[in-house]
Amino acid sequence: MSSEPEIEIRDLDVAYTASDGPLLEVRDLRVEYATAGGLVRAVDGVDMKVHKGEFVAVVGESGCGKSTLLFAIARLLSPSAVITGGSVAFRGQNLVTMTDKELNALRWRDYSVVMQSAMNALNPVTTIGAQFKDSIEAHAKWSVAQTAQRCVEVMKLVGIDPIHLNSYPHQLSGGMRQRAMIAMALLFTPDLVIMDEPTSGLDVVAQRLLMVQIKELQQKLGFAVIFVTHDMSLVSHFSDQLLVMYAGQVVEIGPTRAVFDSPSHPYSRGLLDAFPSIRGPRVELTGIAGSPPDLSNPPDGCRFHPRCAFAMAACFTEPPPLYRVGPALSRCHLNAHEPAELPGVPREHPGIAETMRT
Amino acid sequence: MTGSVVAEADRPAAGEAGLPPLLEVRDLTRHFKIGGNLSRNTLHAVDNASFVINRKEIVALVGESGSGKSTVARLLARVYQPTSGEILYQGTPLSSMRTRRQTLAYRSDVPMVFQDPFSSLNPSYRVSHGIMRGLKLHRRELSRSQRRVEAERVVEAVGLTPAAEVLERYPHELSGGQRQRIGFAQALAYKPKLILADEPVSMLDVSIRIGLLNVMAKLREQEDVSFLYITHDIASARYVSDRLMVMYAGHIVETGPTEAVLANPKHPYTQLLLSAVPDPRAPLAVDAETDRGEPPKVINPTAGCRFRERCPLAIDTCSHVTPLPRLLGSAHTAACHVAEADPSMPAAVG
Repeated sequence: MSSEPEIEIRDLDVAYTASDGPLLEVRDLRVEYATAGGLVRAVDGVDMKVHKGEFVAVVGESGCGKSTLLFAIARLLSPSAVITGGSVAFRGQNLVTMTDKELNALRWRDYSVVMQSAMNALNPVTTIGAQFKDSIEAHAKWSVAQTAQRCVEVMKLVGIDPIHLNSYPHQLSGGMRQRAMIAMALLFTPDLVIMDEPTSGLDVVAQRLLMVQIKELQQKLGFAVIFVTHDMSLVSHFSDQLLVMYAGQVVEIGPTRAVFDSPSHPYSRGLLDAFPSIRGPRVELTGIAGSPPDLSNPPDGCRFHPRCAFAMAACFTEPPPLYRVGPALSRCHLNAHEPAELPGVPREHPGIAETMRT
Repeated sequence: MTGSVVAEADRPAAGEAGLPPLLEVRDLTRHFKIGGNLSRNTLHAVDNASFVINRKEIVALVGESGSGKSTVARLLARVYQPTSGEILYQGTPLSSMRTRRQTLAYRSDVPMVFQDPFSSLNPSYRVSHGIMRGLKLHRRELSRSQRRVEAERVVEAVGLTPAAEVLERYPHELSGGQRQRIGFAQALAYKPKLILADEPVSMLDVSIRIGLLNVMAKLREQEDVSFLYITHDIASARYVSDRLMVMYAGHIVETGPTEAVLANPKHPYTQLLLSAVPDPRAPLAVDAETDRGEPPKVINPTAGCRFRERCPLAIDTCSHVTPLPRLLGSAHTAACHVAEADPSMPAAVG
């Protein structure tokens, strides 16, 4: 449908700037859940790359498959979910085909995971220090002194008084618990830290503090981050790459600033317009009407078309591939032709409106 | 004393002058005993809160977790009894409402919408159950068929169609946003005057939140309901509210018209809160005073400002004198020794 030559859809390099090989390369990853209502394809052909020291944010509504993607990458899926295709190459090794034993050598030492709610992820009946010790013993043979020293080090790293190694999780505030989780993930200074909504349940001040701290640690220690959140505004200043997921697919991927300044997929734009601003004029917002589709029976054509204000005839029948739009890739038929702009819709936010018009 | 400054500031201008405000809170205080029976520790959840909510007004109560904002809502809903202080509903003190009829009338006028739409609806009953029960209890004048019509009306009012079908669903068949709309429909069925909405959107996805905030704004216009909107998200508070109250560690530290407070925050805590809000449309404020502090535990507090440990502007006085709310701008108060009044304001108020 385009007069332009078809672009290589698998080629994600345009979206990245780092020159050396990727730390993590996900290719055509598919995850299915077996449910009573049939197979649910929660992750459907996702490609992504994470370079050393990069901060990649994955955003989308609940039920769009972002947590499933994360767990698939870390090989932490629980039984009813199965990886049915694709590969996850971590430093060149395919995690998908690895045995548990092989994975154990990598887990926590080379990549670690920070879970969503620190309240539930930490064991309430043992001290923080004991839990740190458990993780160290599971993955390394260190002396008692070495272990103790490392525990103190990581606590200092995240700015918690090491005295709290003797505290139980309930004795810490929400922000401190979440930081303790991050400290635990850094015990072996991994190359990749996967974070699943680590800031949910925190109030704005604690949230901001945690984000700044993650960024500082990342710059200091050089690990890469995959950060999952439903709140797009949160990562705007912190992530390098932004990956927007909808109904199990990547709908837009590109440098964070570019996606924020000129979102080329109507869904990204909807997400961006969904939260009110504390600055500028008060404008009426609409959010995104409807809810994400049932993945056991996704809509034909573009999966977003039932909720999309710009849906055309092609959207009902033809699933769009990822099109190149400037530095980003976007899965929308509107981007098939140049110029890659959406039809005019009044936009009140000054910064974005300007970039959209140019 | 503390009450007068704030209450005067928030009172509606002429026109409604004859009527008492819809809801007035004077020096409301709630302490909790904590620890074992022998413990003498008390947690000061709310101390000397005074404010007014007028008719058809959306008032946002903003603060971090543990600041006492939910306690305020529960006090207003009469889940807790105040330790001291008084709540006046249309001029009548709640403590004087003793008969079942009065209590019922108050409960139907001031219902509550809860934070978690997944646990606040009974999973074993259809959606209609909760709404119809409320109607049966609080709207005795309606016949059976009128109740059904009314139930459909309130479900439509919160934006769920087709109403007849939605009423026959079970909560698990609805999404989080739809469930929370049912929460509002239940409250609406009582013909309320004031809905206490305790973090109604914080469990929902960002993309769905705005729809519910729009429902609140619409209900205010069409059903003449006031809202006390409790949230930690100051941006959403700005989106719907007329007035803003900022709470910190049990004290209301700043009140005023929403735009005035956001444009010109007087209290250092409000300033901190504003600097922490992520805003992709603005560049990152690098100096966003990376505040390392933690909210204080308000167990057996001593006199003095509770924000002083984290406050960049703290002076000596702050450590031994509890600041009282002072009128610093047009209907804009802050409880801070250091905050300065607008130039237009006459000096030395409060």
